[in-house]
Amino acid sequence: MGLKEFVIKKIIAAIITIFAIVSVNFVIFRMAPGDPVRMMFRDPRISGEQMQLIREKFGLDKPLWGQFIFYLKELSHGDLGLSFWQRRPVREVIAERIPQTLLLVLTALAIAMISGTILGAFSGWKRGTRVDSFILALSLTMYSIPAFSLGIILLLIFAYTLSIFPLGGMTTPASGLTGLGYWKDVLWHMCLPAFSIVMWYIGEYVLLTRSSMLDTLRKDYILTARAKGLKESTILINHALRNALLPVITITGVNIGFAVCGVIEVETVFSWPGIGRLVYDAVMKRDYPLLQGLFLVFAISVVLANLVIDLIYGYIDPRIKVGGEKK
Amino acid sequence: MTISLRFLRRLKKLREFFSLLVRNRMGLVGLAIIIFFLTLALFAPFLRTVNPTKVGTSENILLPPSSQFWLGTDDLAKDVWSQIVYGSRISLTVGFLAAIITVFTGSLIGLIAGFYGGKIGEVLMRIVDFFMMLPMLPLMIVLAAVLGPNIWNIIFVISIVSWPTTARVIRSQVLSLKERTFIEAARCIGASDSLLMFGEILPNVVPIMFAESVLMVTEAIYAEAVLSFLGLGDPMNISWGMMLHFAFESGTMGKAFWWVLPPIACIVILIIGFTFLGTAITDVLEPGYKEAHGF
Repeated sequence: MGLKEFVIKKIIAAIITIFAIVSVNFVIFRMAPGDPVRMMFRDPRISGEQMQLIREKFGLDKPLWGQFIFYLKELSHGDLGLSFWQRRPVREVIAERIPQTLLLVLTALAIAMISGTILGAFSGWKRGTRVDSFILALSLTMYSIPAFSLGIILLLIFAYTLSIFPLGGMTTPASGLTGLGYWKDVLWHMCLPAFSIVMWYIGEYVLLTRSSMLDTLRKDYILTARAKGLKESTILINHALRNALLPVITITGVNIGFAVCGVIEVETVFSWPGIGRLVYDAVMKRDYPLLQGLFLVFAISVVLANLVIDLIYGYIDPRIKVGGEKK
Repeated sequence: MTISLRFLRRLKKLREFFSLLVRNRMGLVGLAIIIFFLTLALFAPFLRTVNPTKVGTSENILLPPSSQFWLGTDDLAKDVWSQIVYGSRISLTVGFLAAIITVFTGSLIGLIAGFYGGKIGEVLMRIVDFFMMLPMLPLMIVLAAVLGPNIWNIIFVISIVSWPTTARVIRSQVLSLKERTFIEAARCIGASDSLLMFGEILPNVVPIMFAESVLMVTEAIYAEAVLSFLGLGDPMNISWGMMLHFAFESGTMGKAFWWVLPPIACIVILIIGFTFLGTAITDVLEPGYKEAHGF
């Protein structure tokens, strides 16, 4: 199998998956309780005739199959329907929240990745010592604490009790700050939510880098490097860590897709105005079209993140170029 | 005769397994934590001090812990300790039932996919791959929101999202098991497919199913807590996650740490308990564990 064939195959698989997701999404929300027209226009004065017109406009007068075609057609124009709660196009509501989520997630993931890798490599290097077991125990504990409870604890300590950080949101309301002052304010608001996400992911990176490091340290070329009399730090950085990093890169790609989902808990706790908090608001308001649109965004971002990883791997891994699927 | 002998051998193995488990430090701590919460759940009506659903009078709102209200009261003057006690029932019920349904479904599908291979296996694994591609938490939220707030729906939602992982694990086990000579031998004497699957292969994957179930319980408890915190819990059965949801929504969280910290502590400790037990079981099941630890 050549590289070109591999790329085409992966892209087709991703398209099929996305189509399946769209279909599942349609089916799930057909099960939603209540008449969508009544949910949208909570006005008992609307006459039956007007209701009929609205139904026709949204394709609700068609049979289920026709509704699915209608949904696909609207979707291909990027139309995700109207939000019950905000009475605006769902696409608009979601689009204006995405930058805030990306800012939070990418910052937190970068910090988690760098510090987790360093801690994990250090832990693997010092395997069997007290430092190693301490880092390991801490990572495992962090791994079992739900992100939202960690957030609540941080909020109780640093915001309510010590008042060092704000209670939530992304900026101080009506502060009128601009330029550098504005970004400082954002950074101040971002500390606690970012820290919660970092703590949630760091365990994974520590455990992964550590085990990868242990594997690498057993390799012959490390022995060769030692025999050559190289400095320990040179061996650690140039020989061991470099090779131990490959799986870390993979997991980061997977995480970027899934991190967008993990932020639902953290953004909710800290009222961070991103798409995670939007999920919570949509649930509380029982805004099904908004929830449907959000699910689509989450699912497609995971599929695309996986596709990118696959393609990068196809490019890096010589075995794929030569041929043969892994079995 | 043969059946009872087989049964006795199994029983002996089981007893040996438990004695190894109890001698494992993590296993012992995990079991102790789980037994503690099981006791809370079983004897809830005797351990509670006040009816947890009873809305109190206005002078009892948000009281700090005292001899009357062991863990204080919430914004509706309901007793926190009694809610914690009853909350353990929800977490454990959801945890155990979701784990059983998940592992049962996942194992059955993994068994069929691994045993038959070919077209059936291919189709089943494609479905598994598709499910594993979906983001779990958003899918659970969407399903729970559409189906409505109800404890059975939560169990259903957790199970439907989680079975593919088990199916994968079991399938890979079955794939290697079915190449072994005892299967070949059984096939030679004319054993049917179903006898091979359920009589020969299944008993060999039971230990892994057991370990899988314990780890699945942690996932289910976690998922229930998150869904309830996000307001998708069953309002008739107050769970720890629901308590946090109400505390969060009330806006009085900062003033009443006694209302917030106990449910968080319970969720985390119970999850750690099952994680420890699961890790210990996986360790003990590892071939050569007994010899390595000199038992």
